[in-house]
Amino acid sequence: MRLWVLPKEQVVDMVCRLMADYRVWGPQAKGPQFAFEPLPDPTAIRLDYNISILSPKVALQPPQERIAVFHLDGGFTVEPVIDAEPTVIFGIHTCDLHALALLDKAFSADFPDAHYLERRQQTLLVSLECLQPCDEHSFCKSMGTWTADSGYDLHLMDLGDAYGVSVGTAAGEALLTQYAQARPATDTEAQQLHEARDAKRLRFPNRLNFDAAELPSLLATAYDHPIWAELGDRCLSCGACTNVCPTCYCFNVIDSPELSLKEAVRWRRWDSCQLDEFARVASGENFREARAARQRHRMFRKGKWLYERFGELGCVGCGRCIRACLTHINIVDTFNAIHASQHRR
Amino acid sequence: MADSIYVPRLARLADIRPMTELEKLFVVEFPDGSSLGHQPGQFVMLSIPGVGEAPISISSSPSRSNGQFELCIRRMGDVTGVLHRMRPGDVVGIRGPFGHGFPIEQMRGKDVLFAPGGLGLAPLRSLINQVLDERGSFGRVIILYGAKRPAELLFRDELEAWAARDDVEFHVTVDRGDETWTGNIGVITTLFPKITVDPLNTVAVTCGPPIMYRFVLMEMLSKGIPETQIYLSLERRMKCGVGKCGHCQINHLYCCREGPVFTYAQIKNVPEAL
Repeated sequence: MRLWVLPKEQVVDMVCRLMADYRVWGPQAKGPQFAFEPLPDPTAIRLDYNISILSPKVALQPPQERIAVFHLDGGFTVEPVIDAEPTVIFGIHTCDLHALALLDKAFSADFPDAHYLERRQQTLLVSLECLQPCDEHSFCKSMGTWTADSGYDLHLMDLGDAYGVSVGTAAGEALLTQYAQARPATDTEAQQLHEARDAKRLRFPNRLNFDAAELPSLLATAYDHPIWAELGDRCLSCGACTNVCPTCYCFNVIDSPELSLKEAVRWRRWDSCQLDEFARVASGENFREARAARQRHRMFRKGKWLYERFGELGCVGCGRCIRACLTHINIVDTFNAIHASQHRR
Repeated sequence: MADSIYVPRLARLADIRPMTELEKLFVVEFPDGSSLGHQPGQFVMLSIPGVGEAPISISSSPSRSNGQFELCIRRMGDVTGVLHRMRPGDVVGIRGPFGHGFPIEQMRGKDVLFAPGGLGLAPLRSLINQVLDERGSFGRVIILYGAKRPAELLFRDELEAWAARDDVEFHVTVDRGDETWTGNIGVITTLFPKITVDPLNTVAVTCGPPIMYRFVLMEMLSKGIPETQIYLSLERRMKCGVGKCGHCQINHLYCCREGPVFTYAQIKNVPEAL
C-alpha cells in the first residue's frame, strides 16, 4: 500500500512529534508573505501558503555558512565545518522539489560537496501538491514541475479534510508510521486523489508559448538577440532574481578573522552572477561587464547550460525572479519573445 | 565525517625570490615532503587564513619537482598583497592541483611554439621546462616572449639560459625600452615575422593579458597552425576551483574544470572566452 490518508487535524501533531527528533523546516507567515524557516512551534506551519519568499533550498544551502575554521598560532591548523543535523523539510511545493533535485546533482557531480551532501543525506523531504497556481507569475506547468512523481520521501495532496499521502521512499514510510496517525487510503480515496490531480490540469495555464524542451535549442540561436540589450538597460544588477531562485547555487568564499586573531572563519555565501564584480579578476578585467551579458548569462544558465551539464533545465517555473524584479524583467516574456522572433521569419 | 573539498592542506614557503617590482617567486613544500603531483598548466587555490583564497597557476615543471613547487605571483589583490609580505618558513594553505593542463603527450614529436606575454610566462614556464627536460622528444622549441618594460621581464636567469641554448629559438621584446635595453622593441606580435614554422607539425601555446590573445592568435593562425593545435591558458575569478561556485564560467564552460587550458578550436565560438 503506497497511498495513505492523514487527517488535516493530525498534521500539527505529526510536526510536533517530528520536532522531538528533527529540525523541521516549514512554510510560515512572514508579514503578508511566507518564508521557509525552522518551525518555532508546530502550529506555525502554514500549508495553505502560496509561495515562499526564498525556496526551501535555504535549508540545504544556507545564505551563509561556515565551511572551515582556522586556528591561528603563528602557523595554523584548519578543520572543516560540516553543519548537518536530522532535518525534515515539510510542505515543499513541487517546483521547489524539482529544484532540489537539480541542486543534488550540482553538488554531487564531479567533486562531491560534503557541506551540502551531508546535510542532504540527513534531510527528509515532505512535498505538497499545489491544487492551484500560486499567482499569475508561476509557470510551473510550462516547465513540467507542477506535479511530482518522485524526488520526495512523502508527498501530500489536499483532499479537503485530509491529505492523501504518497510514499516515495522507505524512509518516508517510516516517518509516516512512526510520527503520524495515518491510515491506508481506501480505493475510493485513491480514486479521489487521481481525480484531484487530473482536475488541476485545467487550472494551471501554460505561460510558455512553446515546449520547454525546446529551450536549449532555442537559446542556441539567440545569443546575439537584441532582447539582451533591452534587459541590460533595465537591470539594476541588484541580484534579487538570483537570490530568490531555487536553482541558483553560485557562491562566494570569504575569510574573516575573529577579533581575538586566534581564529579565522571561512564562510560560504550566496553570490550572484548579476553583480558587477562576479567575473572580475584581480587585475581589474571584468569578463561580464555589461548588464546585458549578465542577464543573458542568467537566462542561458536556466534554459540551456545547466541542462547540458545535468540533464535538467535550470528553471522550474516558480516565478520568484519575476516577482522580485524591480524593473519587471520577466523570464517567461523573454523566452516567449525570443521564440516569437525566431518563428516570425 | 566526510572530507571537505574546500579545506586546504598546510604548506610551507620554503623560499621567496624577488623577481620584479611586482612579482615574486614562492617556492612551496608540504611538511610531509609529498609532491603536488601536477601537470603543466594546472593551478592551485592558495589560502591565507583570515585573508582569503586565490587561484594561482603553477610555474614549476613536474620534472623538477623535488618535493617542491613554484608559484610566480604578482602583488595585486588582498591575498597576494599579504603573501608578498610573508617570509620563508611561513605557512599557507594549498588546494589542488585543479583543472586541465597542457596535453604534453599530444605535443611529443612536434615543434612547440611558446608565446607568453607578461605574467603569462608564469603558467607557460611549467611546460617550457618540462619540454626542455625532455628535449629529445620534441622538435623545434621556439619561445617568443613579450613584456611591457625590461624591468618586468620574469625569470631573467632562465631567459638568458634559453637564449644561450642552441636547441631553443628564443626571441624577446618589450613594449617600451630603457637606457640599458638593446633588444627588440615592440609588442609580441612583432616577433612573429622573425620565425618560420612548419604549421601542421607545430603546437602553439600562449598565455597573457586578455588584449594580447586576439593579436597573437591572428599571427598563429596566419602561419597556418591548425586551431586544434593552438593552446591558451585563460584567467578567471575562481572561488572553488571545482566547478561549483560559478565565478569562472565562460558561457557553458567552467574555466576551472574544462580549462584553464583550452584549444583555440574549443573556445573560438565561445563569445566570452577572449
